[in-house]
Amino acid sequence: MATAIEFNNISKLYRLGIVSTGTLAHDLKRWWTMNVRGKEDPYLTIGETNDRSSKGDSEYVWALKNIDFKVEQGDVVGIIGKNGAGKSTLLKILSKVTAPTTGTIRARGRIGSLLEVGTGFHPEMTGRENIYMNGAILGMTKDEITKKLDEIVDFSGCERYIDTPVKRYSSGMMVRLGFAVAAHLDPEILVVDEVLAVGDAEFQKKAIGKMQDVSRGEGRTVLFVSHNMASVRKLCNRGVLLENGSIKFQGFIADTIDNYLTTRLDESTVELRNKVNRQGTQEAHIVEVLMTFGGIPCSSITMGKGAEFTITVESEIDIEDTYIGLSIWNQYETIVIHTNTNITQEQLQRVHKGVNKYKCSFPFLPLQYGGYYLNLALYHKDGKYIDQIEKGFVFTVVEDNCYGTGKLADQHQGCLAINHQWSIEQ
Amino acid sequence: MRQKTIDEGWTTVIKPREKLLNVDFGELWRYRDLCSLFVRRNITTQYKQTVLGPLWYIIQPIITVVMYMVVFGGIAKIPTDGLPQPLFYLGGICLWQYFSECLNKTSSTFTANAGIFGKVYFPRLIVPISTVISNLLRFGIQLGLFFVVYAIYQIWIIPGQIHTSWYALLLPILVIMLAGLALGFGILFSSMTTKYRDMTLLLSYFVSLWMYATPVIYPLSTITNSKLHFVMSLNPLTGIVEAFKYGMLGEGQFSWGMLGYSFVFMVVLLALGIIIFNRVQRTFMDTV
Repeated sequence: MATAIEFNNISKLYRLGIVSTGTLAHDLKRWWTMNVRGKEDPYLTIGETNDRSSKGDSEYVWALKNIDFKVEQGDVVGIIGKNGAGKSTLLKILSKVTAPTTGTIRARGRIGSLLEVGTGFHPEMTGRENIYMNGAILGMTKDEITKKLDEIVDFSGCERYIDTPVKRYSSGMMVRLGFAVAAHLDPEILVVDEVLAVGDAEFQKKAIGKMQDVSRGEGRTVLFVSHNMASVRKLCNRGVLLENGSIKFQGFIADTIDNYLTTRLDESTVELRNKVNRQGTQEAHIVEVLMTFGGIPCSSITMGKGAEFTITVESEIDIEDTYIGLSIWNQYETIVIHTNTNITQEQLQRVHKGVNKYKCSFPFLPLQYGGYYLNLALYHKDGKYIDQIEKGFVFTVVEDNCYGTGKLADQHQGCLAINHQWSIEQ
Repeated sequence: MRQKTIDEGWTTVIKPREKLLNVDFGELWRYRDLCSLFVRRNITTQYKQTVLGPLWYIIQPIITVVMYMVVFGGIAKIPTDGLPQPLFYLGGICLWQYFSECLNKTSSTFTANAGIFGKVYFPRLIVPISTVISNLLRFGIQLGLFFVVYAIYQIWIIPGQIHTSWYALLLPILVIMLAGLALGFGILFSSMTTKYRDMTLLLSYFVSLWMYATPVIYPLSTITNSKLHFVMSLNPLTGIVEAFKYGMLGEGQFSWGMLGYSFVFMVVLLALGIIIFNRVQRTFMDTV
């Protein structure tokens, strides 16, 4: 297969902070060294890697650094990574919205980019007029749009409103119309940024279906950025994992997703105490979670075995009538189990001043192998959060020869692995 | 040789810096449908949900003319080369408003369209070009008003006393020059203000001052000081406005030299503007 897109050493430098007189001084210095003295850009050497949370010394950061990869024709590549890893910057460069600082991208065929649904919609114009407007902005000619108009209107399901100004549309209808136009854009390379996150379930299904048709049926190349692992998994065959502006992993999508989840494991080594992303009244804090198996701390468990989770809560006051809970989520952001002491009615209904430890034991956890994470919460009796943490702990369930055959169901087929027998009934 | 065969078939190449003069006019042409759609959008959405609609195109110049007649003609007693005041002012206002409107709109191309520009690529020049074209409608309507007033004077009020000459046929060229100048100044200005917005604060002020440096409310013939006259003719709009008045109304200082100067000025300005605009459009999203 031919290469459809080739990224050659792509980097992008961004300047942080605000534009002020200081910027002018920098610009003058840059201009002086580059144009008058004929040297290299002095600021290209001082950029720091892009780590959103740590405070850096430099005003310049590399949003992308030395990105090198190839995409084969017909591949559907999922680009994944944490917020701020550089995914959107990469797509922006590819769709020519902004230029790279260094490096080249070469591509075969027209690139259609869909960084937003319904770009250029004018509220005063009718649905039909906006189809033309949006189509032309995305690079179609009038004739192309006219040819596909019926199909687009049909796909959007907004036939009744097609001659009404779009300001009278619901936001969902606007998205449908916008996606319908984009879906009928016929580029050889389609660049999509998380636009599927909008619209109702029925439409999302339709949109994903359309994208699958485009890639599988028509052999087009698709680059897709999303945080929704389930849709990435469903749609893509290859994956690229970005971390702090560099490629951390590339390969088959399943491997990339696994790698991504291990990345998040690193994230969970951040002490819970220091996590800032929490909700609730904060009268007490969840400060630690410990996973153990048979009393021994661990970060992974074996399929078919059990596990205990010990949650430590610190409080400066006594709080009556509370309950605590945890939920286990799999890598496709699906909740597998939720439990709390309000449902199970254990006698743990208060938080003491000082350190409290709550232990939740699962003698048997029938989880499919793969990555999981825990959400933790401490509640008041009325269900209000005292403290709530998402992704407070990440662990993996390791494959095991549970059936004695050395074989297992594919990781993505089902989320449970329960002991069972097959037999022939007489 | 081998390298060459590998390179074949790449249809898109994205690089950090293009060559200075690498303006893709072919691409601009491919997006002509977008341009015409932008023009339609600009026109149809301007007066949506207004009662008088496009009548505003006529009301504005009429009120302005009346104001000028009172202030400049009546109070300041500035001569109009012996021409009827309404006709003299209206002609100047038509040209000036087209120019200033185009300049004001195109000068905010980047900042006003940052939303769209940040999401999708198309040749950015399409936007200012469509602005200049869609303003032609308004100009046309106002010119129509001018012709109506002209006819009224020529036929009833002072029959046959307005000496229109063949130079009136220069009108299309004059309009193209106005459009080119406005576009050139506009995109140049827009490119320079993506990062430092200081100048945007000055622009509308500057444009309103500029009108007084252009023979809109007074004829160039009233400038008798030769130094001032020279400075006035450095203004590329002077030649255009005077040529219009000379052709249409038979009064004014027409010179091919001044018109030629304006034309060369426009070509150089436009070339410079396009080059700089083209350079800025590649990374302006990072600084806007």
